[in-house]
Amino acid sequence: MQDVNISAARRRAISSVMTTLTALCAFVAVAVLLVILGYIAWRGVGALNWRFLVETPKPVGEGGGIGNAIVGTFILLALASVIGLPIGVAAGVYLAEFGTGRFGQLVRFLADTLTGVPSIVVGVFAYTVVVLPLKQFSALAGGVALACIMIPIVARTTEEMIRLVPHSLREGALALGAPQWRVTLDIVLPAAMSGIATGAMLAVARVSGETAPLLFTAFGSRFFNLYLDQPTASLTVQIYNYAISPYDEWHAQAWAATLVLMTLILVINIGVRFMTRRKV
Amino acid sequence: MPPPSASVRDAEQSHSPPPLPEAHAGTQKISVRELDFYYGSAQALHNISLDIPERIVMAFIGPSGCGKSTFLRTLNRMNDTIPGARAVGRVLIDGEDIYAPGRDVVALRRKVGMVFQKSNPFPKSIFDNVAYGLRINRLTDNKTELQDRVADALKDAALWEEVKDRLKSSALGLSGGQQQRLCIARALAVRPEVLLMDEPASALDPIATQKIEELIAELKERYSIVIVTHNMQQAARVSDQTAFFWLGKLVEVNPTEKMFTAPGEKLTEDYITGRFG
Repeated sequence: MQDVNISAARRRAISSVMTTLTALCAFVAVAVLLVILGYIAWRGVGALNWRFLVETPKPVGEGGGIGNAIVGTFILLALASVIGLPIGVAAGVYLAEFGTGRFGQLVRFLADTLTGVPSIVVGVFAYTVVVLPLKQFSALAGGVALACIMIPIVARTTEEMIRLVPHSLREGALALGAPQWRVTLDIVLPAAMSGIATGAMLAVARVSGETAPLLFTAFGSRFFNLYLDQPTASLTVQIYNYAISPYDEWHAQAWAATLVLMTLILVINIGVRFMTRRKV
Repeated sequence: MPPPSASVRDAEQSHSPPPLPEAHAGTQKISVRELDFYYGSAQALHNISLDIPERIVMAFIGPSGCGKSTFLRTLNRMNDTIPGARAVGRVLIDGEDIYAPGRDVVALRRKVGMVFQKSNPFPKSIFDNVAYGLRINRLTDNKTELQDRVADALKDAALWEEVKDRLKSSALGLSGGQQQRLCIARALAVRPEVLLMDEPASALDPIATQKIEELIAELKERYSIVIVTHNMQQAARVSDQTAFFWLGKLVEVNPTEKMFTAPGEKLTEDYITGRFG
């Protein structure tokens, strides 16, 4: 009896120590993020004003803003989505519905490998296949680079989501005389749509923070640009350029641009949460 | 075979009473001959030969894993979706071998509808669920006719009164019993000639089960119905003929009354009286 009581007390002690320890680690993990966000807000908010959001960059001492970079980032994200989402979703459909053979396994393996490829390598790839043939940096090249990063992410999440659709739903449609492609299109895709959309949004959020693949594809620009074959500014590259400059004013602007970028990513992520919550 | 138009079918119904099973005693809707079935190298069905007449209810009974569901699914080639599954032998429906090379499986499944054990409504509206089979098979381009046929199917499935005011709302909001009747309506909407039911009431409460059973009794005036059931009382209540499966073999098929009072095989008797299984 005595032994039992001792071991129970011991067990409770270990339990509370471990609970405290894990809670502490959880706090540290969140605290790091909060410190980063807080520091960015603190450093960035000083240079943030309306003109900063709408103007183009100007020489040191004359103010200027990141309006063109905000527009450029949206253009690049839109381009990447237009190229990457259809390919990614279609590849995911293939993997889930038809990719049982050796080819499917190969594609799956390569997609996972591609997810892990450093983004600078993707940038070099886009430089080789788009920038060199066209002989200039362009939004298109940046969009292709970002799309290459999105495709494997979207393909794998789409596959996972489609696999979650119960087999009984497919059988129900097949039993009514629906051909395979109609089952996929009418029943499986709509049933998996909220999950696929979530994956797509997360992929967009992921690439919106990419810098390396844009350095020698979209390159950057000091002007507003809506042409897809011209060099285009982006928030990340602008932050990079300002951050490595020797001027305090540009450093302050880099902080402010970072705050804008973080806000953008936060908005996308909150949008994802909202979408998934509504569709349960 | 082109689907009969609504007017032709209605005329048939109103002018001549539905023929009784006896009137079609000689007509076999489905004839299965020496059917073997394999999942990969494992043989699931052994040399099954069976005739299913027009406009009766035939029940398949037997212990779990005896092959009755597998056999049911050979009748509309639902097993085609399972990798490595393979049927050897002949299944004739209206005299045509459904496993003959080049046979159109889509047309077959239109003719042989199926209701599953677990109700599987599509995540669409009630209306769209029932209309789905009509739309994919292009059975009607006329909006009014589509609405009529959806309403007819829901009435046939005894669900109309409960859902007529919310056809546009999601099918997933229906109760379990309603969902299963919706799946029956969905199958009926394309006007199949045979209805396969794989334990359609096993997940339902007694009241919903009773509704489904009443429904089966009404539907057999127009369809050949094959029902798999674990519930012996249910087989006795709803079916005209009963087939007993055991270890992938068809042990006995007889009129239900005879089956449950004077079975021809000792094995059948042991199973029915609960000595095993």
